[in-house]
Amino acid sequence: MFYRETGQFHTTYAADMAVFPIRQDRIGLAIILGVAAVAVPLLGSSFFVSSVMIPFLVYALAAIGLNILTGYTGLISLGTGAFMGVGAFACFKLTTAFPNVNIIVWILASGLFSAAIGMLFGLPSLRVKGFYLAVTTLAAQFFLQWCFIRIPWLYNDSSSGSIEVGRRTLFGVPITGAQASPQTRYLVLLGIVVLMTWVASNIVHGRIGRSWMAVRDMDIAAELMGIKLLRTKLTAFAVSSFYAGVAGACMMFLWYGGGEPNDIFNINQSFNILFMVILGGLGSLIGSFFGAAFISSLPTLFKFGLPAIGINIAGATAEHLTFMVVGALIVIFLIVEPHGLARLWQIAKEKLRLWPFPH
Amino acid sequence: MDFLIQVIWEGLVAGVLYALIALGFVLIFKASGVFNFAQGIMVVFAALTLVGSYDKMAAVGFKGFPAALVAVAIALGVMFVLAWLVERLVLRHLVNQPDIILFMATFGLTYFLIGFGEAVFGGDPKIMITQQLGLPTGSTEFRLPGLGPNGKDGLVLIQHIDVAATVIASLMIAGLAVFFQYTRIGRALRAVADSHKAALSVGITLNQIWVVVWFTAGIVALVTGIMWGARSDVSFGLSNIALKALPVLIVGGFTSVPGAIVGGLVIGIGEKLGELYLAPLLLGSTMGRGVESWVAFIIALGFVMARPQGLFGDKIIERI
Repeated sequence: MFYRETGQFHTTYAADMAVFPIRQDRIGLAIILGVAAVAVPLLGSSFFVSSVMIPFLVYALAAIGLNILTGYTGLISLGTGAFMGVGAFACFKLTTAFPNVNIIVWILASGLFSAAIGMLFGLPSLRVKGFYLAVTTLAAQFFLQWCFIRIPWLYNDSSSGSIEVGRRTLFGVPITGAQASPQTRYLVLLGIVVLMTWVASNIVHGRIGRSWMAVRDMDIAAELMGIKLLRTKLTAFAVSSFYAGVAGACMMFLWYGGGEPNDIFNINQSFNILFMVILGGLGSLIGSFFGAAFISSLPTLFKFGLPAIGINIAGATAEHLTFMVVGALIVIFLIVEPHGLARLWQIAKEKLRLWPFPH
Repeated sequence: MDFLIQVIWEGLVAGVLYALIALGFVLIFKASGVFNFAQGIMVVFAALTLVGSYDKMAAVGFKGFPAALVAVAIALGVMFVLAWLVERLVLRHLVNQPDIILFMATFGLTYFLIGFGEAVFGGDPKIMITQQLGLPTGSTEFRLPGLGPNGKDGLVLIQHIDVAATVIASLMIAGLAVFFQYTRIGRALRAVADSHKAALSVGITLNQIWVVVWFTAGIVALVTGIMWGARSDVSFGLSNIALKALPVLIVGGFTSVPGAIVGGLVIGIGEKLGELYLAPLLLGSTMGRGVESWVAFIIALGFVMARPQGLFGDKIIERI
């Protein structure tokens, strides 16, 4: 009844091509952003902010990165975890070398390093695709993970082999390290995610994004239309790894606050993010958010949600249950709704436009 | 020199085991065009079922070789049920989908099996019932005159289980070759591998063939699981090692059974030699461990760039 475009007329091409052509969508987005920026840090408990919202945002960023590669360009990658690790290490090295530069600058800059590494390992995509490419990205995963352990220079020769996140401030307020409150870390992260989502939205709706989709749908046809495959695929790898790198840096600096990168950026992380993309919806930005929200909250839901409604299960059982549910859902979604949660959202919106009348 | 021989032997044995996993991949890929990522976890799952059911029987006093045989029968039964369920619940609904969708569906299968296996059998490593199955456990030292350091006699240590693994693997591959070449179902399998449509039109039931193929892959998985479990232990860590089968496939070619074997040996020996020579070269001798984890993939990367169809695979000409 309330969600329909009646009476809204587009008088310019720009208005017609807008990402959110319906006014209600724009209002809804503004409300969501408002809630995320004001209500969550004010009303949410520290536990909620630090173990639900922060993981969700970090994973959403990583899922956008992988979605650019797998969803928009059709190149499968199993090396996301490692590319995130590159970002984390780059950020760590940069901020220890230049402690006076603001950490947010380095978090964003660390994406450039993982973009370079991603382009390097993306080179085989010019010769192969499908399973073969999956194997070459696995090579990236294992090789980089080995580097994370065996090259002490990366973690400044610390004996534990882990990254230590020091105290860095923004306008005098600590945003990383032990003193930073979850709320400040969350707000910084939210800013980064909103900025990067906006950029991603502009890229995928523009010329570059259309060329990615053309390559995904049929590479030969795309080449005949004058799209250079080399450049298109490598930009996809670069942008995707950039996002993964920033997500990795955020994960290390704004979420974990230090830790052993080899445990965090392993192959399971890569799979996790791939599952978010599949469940959320291949080739959809909002799907990346849905997928990230779903998979990152599932373990917490089982661990804390089930006991709350009276079903007591052990922590280990909850973990096994998560694995089984995620695995089963992947198969179910691929069979029933290959476009994932994003498509369900679209269907819901269509239904809402007609509601309460069936036709 | 004796050390080198020892290293090559170890590589050979590891290669046989990689080849066994790769064989499971090739069987399914040829017959259904599905790149079954879950083969690695099927190995773990089969081995866990075997050990788990044996432990259950041992707890009520039924032990030794007969119990081990019953456990093998149970494991085979479980693998058959798994094959049937996969066909029924997954493959049947994904006919005619792009390969990549089927590939990703097997990721889902992998995760489901990990969760299910851990929920049923527990996550802690188990010891393979090597002796109960009648497999040898000792080792023999061979003296190689004049091959040791400074002209002394060299020593090579060979585990009996490794020899047994090699023999059993060869027997199984020979058995599969006979099965494929001379039986009715084997002929049907080869027909399906050539062309789904042509096979359907001469009256071969695809669904039935898929169950057979997945069950065959399950048997291969069980044998692999026993052999691998006997060398280390049975745990979910194995499934990551099983990822090494992917470079094996690239080296050997996705569609070739001999390719899987040769590829396995190349990768197995290659990574042991890499550990021996490449690691000191890269980082100095003190810390050059763990190169094993990626050498195989880098070899595969080289093959992808130079010869994407692998050593024995069918050359598929496709413009990219």
